[in-house]
Amino acid sequence: MEVVLQNLTKKFPGRDKKKHEDVIAVNDFNFTIPDGKLIGLLGPSGCGKSTTLNLISGLQKPTAGKIFFGDDDVTDLPPENRGIGLVFQNYALYPHLTVKQNILFPLQNLKGKDKLTKEEMLEKALAVAKLVQIDELMDRKPGELSGGQQQRVAIARALVKMPRVLLLDEPLSNLDARLRLQTREEIRRIQRETKITTIFVTHDQEEAMSISDLIVVMKDGVVHQIGKPQEVYDNPVNLFVAKFLGTPPINVFSGRVKDQELYIGEDAVLKVMGASDQEVYVGIRPEGFRLKEDGPLCCELRGVEVMGRDSSVISGNKASLNPAVRSIISADSRVNTAQKEVRFSLVPQKVFLFHKKTEKRIDFEAEEEQ
Amino acid sequence: MGKKKINLVGLKGWLYLLPAILFLGCFMVYPLIDVFVYSFEEGYNSASQTYFGIGLYNYSYVLHDPYFLQAVKNTFLLVIITVPLSTGIALLISVGLSSIKPLRNLFQTVYFLPYVTNTLAVGLVFMILFKKTAYSDGLINLLIHCFGGSSVDFIDGPYWAKMFVLCLYTIWVVMPFKILILTSALSSVNEVYYNAAKVDGTSKFRTFMRITLPMISPMLFYLIITGFIGAFKAYSDAVALFGTDLNAAKMNTIVGYVYDMLYGNSGGYPSYASAAAIILFVIILTITCINLLISKKNVHY
Amino acid sequence: MENTVDYEKIERDAKIRQRVMSIITYVLLGMWAVVVLFPFYWMLLTSVKSYSEYNSEYIPKFFTLSPTFQNYVDAFTAVPLGRYFLNTILFTVITTAIMLVVITLAAFAFARLEFRGKNFAFLIFLSLMMIPNELVIITNFVTITNLNMRNTFPGLILPSVTSVFYIYLLKENFEQIPDSMYYAAKVDGTSDLKYLLKVMIPIARPTLITITILKVIECWNSYVWPRLITDDENYYLVSNGIQEIRENGFGRENIPAMMAAVVVISLPLIVLFLIFRNKVMEGVSRGGTKG
Repeated sequence: MEVVLQNLTKKFPGRDKKKHEDVIAVNDFNFTIPDGKLIGLLGPSGCGKSTTLNLISGLQKPTAGKIFFGDDDVTDLPPENRGIGLVFQNYALYPHLTVKQNILFPLQNLKGKDKLTKEEMLEKALAVAKLVQIDELMDRKPGELSGGQQQRVAIARALVKMPRVLLLDEPLSNLDARLRLQTREEIRRIQRETKITTIFVTHDQEEAMSISDLIVVMKDGVVHQIGKPQEVYDNPVNLFVAKFLGTPPINVFSGRVKDQELYIGEDAVLKVMGASDQEVYVGIRPEGFRLKEDGPLCCELRGVEVMGRDSSVISGNKASLNPAVRSIISADSRVNTAQKEVRFSLVPQKVFLFHKKTEKRIDFEAEEEQ
Repeated sequence: MGKKKINLVGLKGWLYLLPAILFLGCFMVYPLIDVFVYSFEEGYNSASQTYFGIGLYNYSYVLHDPYFLQAVKNTFLLVIITVPLSTGIALLISVGLSSIKPLRNLFQTVYFLPYVTNTLAVGLVFMILFKKTAYSDGLINLLIHCFGGSSVDFIDGPYWAKMFVLCLYTIWVVMPFKILILTSALSSVNEVYYNAAKVDGTSKFRTFMRITLPMISPMLFYLIITGFIGAFKAYSDAVALFGTDLNAAKMNTIVGYVYDMLYGNSGGYPSYASAAAIILFVIILTITCINLLISKKNVHY
Repeated sequence: MENTVDYEKIERDAKIRQRVMSIITYVLLGMWAVVVLFPFYWMLLTSVKSYSEYNSEYIPKFFTLSPTFQNYVDAFTAVPLGRYFLNTILFTVITTAIMLVVITLAAFAFARLEFRGKNFAFLIFLSLMMIPNELVIITNFVTITNLNMRNTFPGLILPSVTSVFYIYLLKENFEQIPDSMYYAAKVDGTSDLKYLLKVMIPIARPTLITITILKVIECWNSYVWPRLITDDENYYLVSNGIQEIRENGFGRENIPAMMAAVVVISLPLIVLFLIFRNKVMEGVSRGGTKG
């Protein structure tokens, strides 16, 4: 099912009664979610991503704009008539019902021509339980399950009605690190098998990057960028998106462009063709550094962390806006830790320039590296 | 030196407890033992403080006393009528209260008023509303006339009428506590469960039966248990409506019987009073145990 | 297109149903409010009708055009209502005050002090919580009678100055105060009593206020014990007073004057409740059943 969001806006009345200023949770959201994809809504807390999800689910009504499921305008439709499945952040499993009763619950609500016989219900519940691999836990109560198992039950309950759209609110935030890895693969697999359009909300960029077909990066109610995870990572439209994606995070320097050359501090580090002379923010991905003895960027060496395949070099630079510059290099290239300085050359594709005021991306063409 | 210090600290604790222990010992522990002693002392004379022997005669006397049997009948009727009714109405009102926003605080304040009023004083108001006198049939009877019924004296009239007023007043008095507890239980149910049910298209009624009710069931059972205990101990409501001579009005309760045996025109028999009190508490204990057993099966903690 | 029409109908139906439900809810709640408020209204109304007006109305009127305060004057002159009032205030204040001291000391011992047999003592206290008043009142009556304390204030007050439940409530509250504060005070050389007065009581003030309010309500409305222990009008509390008035006062038939007395007796607690509304309701939901 294709989901279309048209000029979607949600305002909340301001808390401060004197000012009467509304809080804009979602501002003019336009997006068409293609059928059968897994979409990650990504952003820091309070960016409006959960509100967006609630608008799609119908638990909240938009102030303006429209929502379509395929050709149906569902904007004013109550949640139960939209045909959605929703997995809540803390699962909202009914504690007094068994797993089986929880999964059967939505089916028992069906009325009229949709009404199922007991056998049909059981069959459906068992099928979906098998899909999420909890068919052996059917008679337990939610309190007796681990976090990961509860999560699966919640997904099963949302899926049993075969919803047109599946919504997941921070599905992994209540799990420990290890289960998180496992469960996110699981969500991916379930989505692939059912081919239900799935939208999930997360503040963890790694989670979103790893399983989404498309990610939507939001901040302060505004959509900053939409795209495939790798595209967004490689081509961030602004400083916020660049900073928000990637672990370890991008290194940001203040620099300036003069005569088609990029300067960080006093060092001319890169030829940037097509960029006009101005003060800029320079974002360099950790993997954008190459150790080079006569490299143009000179940093003060602080330490080296070896992590198996890679090493990361921690260094300092006066122009850096992060407390330390972190660069990832292959573990084969040895760094003499006795040195005081370390010099790098830069990989042009991993270097981004941003306008100092608008923080928008500035395009440039790099000279081919020799 | 060390040992002495510990002793001193130990003494200090008991010193702080001393007033409480003294009062509780005198007015709770000793009387508790004594009430059993009284109940087995046959032919106790309160003037000379002598008795003939030890036995079950007091119990047998009480159990054969028509006044006591009347009191037991009244009390059981009161319990069976008021506990389910008041709990049910309180649940209905609390659900209504939780579903509205404007005027909610006002309603809550009004509903709580009976809790802070003097049972005896307001009972007097109920009495004049229901009483038929030479001057007037009373307001309620006039209402009955309006609907084409014939007037009844609810205070000095037939048994069922008196029982009706007693139940009505008892419900009026116990409602504030129940509404208060149930509204706070309802508001403590996490919103997220309702959202989940809504997304699944659950009807209001089904949401209430399958989600709300099980989730508030511990509080509901607490109310039912305390309601049973409270109703079994009913007394001042009856006095407020029918005056102190409850035996004459045939409206006595078990607790009322205990006090009447102790003091007043028919008083001076602490042995009978003790036996009656112990019988009452055996009844209450049994009912409470049955309640707990039922709740274990049906309550979801 | 067919779908859209269907959805609109669903939406309209849902709205109508919601409107109807909310009207029914308000009507229901309003009805109960009338049931609760009507006796109060009736007692106010009757209390300002004159004796002759009241008795001449075969069909009682729902309002009066000539309100009189004569009944209130009668209530204080024809029967010793002022006396009952004063007794009740005295009884309430003294009982509550002594109880606060007793339970604070006991709760402090249980929450803060270490001594041999503490756990055992607490267990005994807890089990006393189950003992209903009706079971011990018989012996207490005999005890007070034998001590010749009938128709005295000590006889009225002494049996109700401890409450195991309030000790328990306060102890729980005291235990939430971090130990480190106690040790800090010990290091500074503060005595236990001073620590209790200067640190614990101020911190536990909300709970103490709650307990005070509950106890005041209980005292003001207490009927059974005062009835057993007093037969001299000079020691009657308001509850017994109202019963006395009903059975013997005002020539038995002066209902307006009785209602004036009822209003006067009910007013203090209602005012107290309206002022401390949240405190009272919170306190009752934490630990109060009537009776």
